[in-house]
This record gives sequence, structure tokens and C-alpha cells, in this order.
Amino acid sequence: MKPIVLLKRVIFAAALIPAGTLVVDAFRGKLTANPIDFITDTTGVWAIRLLITTLSITPLRRLTGWNPIIQLRRMLGLFAFFYATLHFLTWSVLDWFFDVRSMGEDVVKRPFITLGMATFLMLLSLAVTSTKASVRKLGKKWTQLHRLIYAASITALTHFWLVGKVTVTEVMYWAVVLTALLGFRVWWVVRHA
Amino acid sequence: MLIRKAPDLRFSDITPKPLYLRRREFLQTAGGAALGAAAAAMAPPFAASANAQAKTAAHGAKLADVKKSPLSTTGEMLTSFDDITSYNNFYEYGYEKDDPKQNAWHLKPRPWTITVEGYAARKGTFGFDEFIKPFPLEERVYRMRCVEAWSMVIPWVGIPLKDVIASFQPTPQAKYVEFVTAFNPAQMPAQTTRILPWPYVEGLRMDEAMNPLAILAVGLYEETLPNQDGAPIRLVTPWKYGFKGGKSIVKIRLVDYQPKNTWQVMAPAEYGFYANVNPNVNHPRWRQDSERRIGEFFRRKTLMFNGYADQVASMYTGMDLKKNY
Ligand code: HEM
Repeated sequence: MKPIVLLKRVIFAAALIPAGTLVVDAFRGKLTANPIDFITDTTGVWAIRLLITTLSITPLRRLTGWNPIIQLRRMLGLFAFFYATLHFLTWSVLDWFFDVRSMGEDVVKRPFITLGMATFLMLLSLAVTSTKASVRKLGKKWTQLHRLIYAASITALTHFWLVGKVTVTEVMYWAVVLTALLGFRVWWVVRHA
Repeated sequence: MLIRKAPDLRFSDITPKPLYLRRREFLQTAGGAALGAAAAAMAPPFAASANAQAKTAAHGAKLADVKKSPLSTTGEMLTSFDDITSYNNFYEYGYEKDDPKQNAWHLKPRPWTITVEGYAARKGTFGFDEFIKPFPLEERVYRMRCVEAWSMVIPWVGIPLKDVIASFQPTPQAKYVEFVTAFNPAQMPAQTTRILPWPYVEGLRMDEAMNPLAILAVGLYEETLPNQDGAPIRLVTPWKYGFKGGKSIVKIRLVDYQPKNTWQVMAPAEYGFYANVNPNVNHPRWRQDSERRIGEFFRRKTLMFNGYADQVASMYTGMDLKKNY
């Protein structure tokens, strides 16, 4: 087996662990006293972790020159979307039980929800155009559209930051990583201009 | 001031354990189903065994001579001991909800002293037992509404704050009461970080402190207060958001200025001095018009003053509660 194929399979399995853990913990009654809040937080955190990891693939490829690594990018991006979707479903089904009016109010009134929703819609548009057919059909436009991931990663991190009453360590950690990853791209463009 | 008389609380008013266990099972089932577990029907037996194990939260010593209070809230299902002691905010031990339970064993709640300062005739430093001894222990079942839009029903054991304050013989200059809580980084590990300015401070207006509902809690479920819930002594003001209830109090000061409570210092646009539960005052993060009762699936409406309007609303007549949030 080629190393990239093996790596892909390992990462695929690993990316399912958080969701699997939630299911197992649900049965074991280990979702804390406030399961809905816990599921919201867990899925949200994994969405952002995977989103920023997705952004690390291109710099890694450029720095190492190992081109096959690019095959991980779509899979990681789709896993980020998978957790974002669980997060969204937890909010809309478990937290609000389809109370569209209250959800609408929150999207309009609460900046952190507005940002979460904007992020989710961006990720949705990237996910539906992630197929090979879309890449072919959209051509140059595909590249332009998929630059949305930069905006989405920033709005997602801002959403995470606004959720907390105090700035939690993990937000600061991802802010540093994201700055480095976006900075790398700027540096790369400037250097190759 | 109107104080609604509640009938004496009988044991049958309190949720029997099997009932709240069943509610937990329902939630666990719901959580599993949400994640696409088709086998959700299997949850109850699993959850039941998990609950048997989860019942290991450290219990305190049994408190003797606890009187039931007519001021207790009736008709509510009690939140389980396990949930009350495993899910709360106590930033001295970390900012995650389970940090207090994980880290609070560091605290040594005895020996403990409480210092009384300020505009009072009777001041000084008192040992914990000496401090609470003059007052009868009462069980007070109260709703607890967190500003994060979740709530519990907790059978506190405490002493009436008004009697404690009166025993200090405050002088007329005493307009507010300031509660200073423990600063002890060796025993409260997150105090080595700067997530909040330490020590945590809370305050009440004198009439609020003298309201019959306000207590200093020293226990729950007829046992001494677990460390993670604020041992050995904490403030409980059920018509206010939970953060007003300063935990592990070491100093009570009678002052002539409005104390700067910690969360107000942290984010003045979000948290005020009064922090009365108020469904009509928006908060940028959490809705305040509804809440999730721990153990329940559907949200419920948040009540004005957390349902204690009859006992407390008169203290705020004429005040703009949108400004004085
Ligand atoms: C569909 C729109 C979204 C809504 C309505 C939404 C809503 C929420 C809510 C209600 C919380 C919990 C707040 C609390 O615990 O008090 C939360 C937390 C969070 N969300 Fe979202 N969110 C959305 C999209 C996203 C997306 C797309 C991401 C990441 C890519 C994300 C990442 C996070 C993170 C990291 C947290 C914090 C978890 C923690 O506190 O540990 N959210 N979100």
C-alpha cells in the first residue's frame, strides 16, 4: 500500500473517533449533567480543529515537496463540515427542537451565532462543490470559491472566541496556528510574485 | 414586603431518586439518537448501570438538626446530588464545568476563618464553627438559574443571611455588603492563572442582604457543602444569577459603596451589580427568556426574578432594571 493511502485510511478512522466517543458516552451516561451543551461544544471544537488542519495541508506540501499529501485535503475539509453539521443539528434539533423563530432571533441578535451561521453556510457551499465534477465544471471559479475557507476559518475562530466568558487556551492556540498558516500563504504569494 | 408562605416541606415533596434517574436516562437516550444511534432503545439499561457507578461523588458529613424552612420552593423536582456536584462554574478550579469536581479536593475547608470588617459594632475574625453556631440550620430548596441559561433545583442547608448581618450590629453607614472569597493558589489551582482577577468578590445592597430568601449555605442534601460547591460557606441569592453566589467566603465587609463584583469588572457590558434573573434583559451570548433545567430536554421559560418576584420585586420598584442589570 502506498504511504498516502495508508495515511488516508488512518486519518479517516481517527477523524471518526470523536463522533464515536460521543455515541459511546451517550450510552454510558458520560455526557455531563448538560448533554446538549456538551455535544454542542465537542462537535464545535472538532469542526474547528479539522478546519484549521485542512488549511495546513497546502503549506505542508510546499514545505516538504511531498505532493501526494494534497489527497488529504478534501477528506479533512469534509470531516470539518461533518462536525459542523452535527454541531448545527445539535443546536437546531436538540437545543431548539426546530423552534425556527427563536433560532432566527438568535442568528440576528447574537453576533457569535451570526458568525457561526455564516461559517456554516460557507462550509456548506464548499462541501457541495467538493466533487471532482464540480472542480471540472467550475474551473477557475472553483479555486476562487474555495478561497472562502480562509474567511470561514477566521469567522469560525471568532465564533469560538466569542462563545467563552474568558479567553480559553485553545482559542489562543488555534489563533496562533491559523495566523501562521495564513501568514505562510501571504509570504508564499509575495515571494512568488 | 410580601412573603409567600409555603407549606412545610415533606419528604414526599422531594423528587425520589428513581425519578431523576429516569430523567437522565431519557436525556442520554436523546443524545445517542441525535448522533444517529439507531439502537437508542438500548440506552436505558446502559444508562442505569452508568448511573450506579456515577454515584461516587464524595459525600460530606451528615448535618444534624436541619430544620425544613417554609421559604423553600415547592413543587419542583430536585436536581440530583451527582449533577449539582459535577457540573458548575467555579473558576478557581478551572473554567470547564467539570473542573471544580476534578480539582476541588485540593481545598482544605477546615480550619477556616471568616473576618467581619467595616461599619459594624461586632467585628473580628471568627472560626467557622463559632461563626455559624448561633444560627439554626435550615434546609432551603431553591431554584438556581445560571446566566448561561441552565438551571437546577438545589436543597441547600444554610443560615439566614439577615440574622448573620444583624448579629454584626451594622451601623447606619453600612449600605452594602461585600463578600470576599478565598485566595489560596496552593489549594485553588486555577488561581495561578489570570483568567479572573482574584479573589472573586461579590456584593449585595443592604436590603438585599436582609431579604429573608438570602442565605449563607453550608451544606446541600443535608450534608456539609462539597468543596466544588463552595465549601465551607457560600452565598445563595436565588432571585439572582448564580454567579452572585460567592463561594468559599473568607471575609464579609459592611461598606458604604457599591462593591465591584468580579464579573462586572471583567465585562461591564454583560454583567452588572444586581444580576437579577430577568427574562426581559438581553445578554449578548445567552438568551435570558428561556433556560434548560438540568435533567430536562425541552427548554422552559425563565421567570422574572427566577420565580421569586413575590418576595423580592418590591426592593426594585422604581428602578430601571434594563439599566441596573
Ligand atoms: C450553524 C451555525 C452555528 C451555530 C448556530 C452555532 C452555535 C453554537 C453554540 C450555541 C455554541 C455553544 C455556546 C455555549 O456553550 O454557550 C457553539 C460553540 C462553538 N461552536 Fe458553533 N455554531 C455554529 C457554527 C459553527 C461552526 C461552523 C464552527 C466551526 C467550524 C463552530 C465552532 C464552535 C466552537 C469551537 C464552539 C465552542 C465550543 C466550546 O466552548 O468548547 N460553530 N456554537
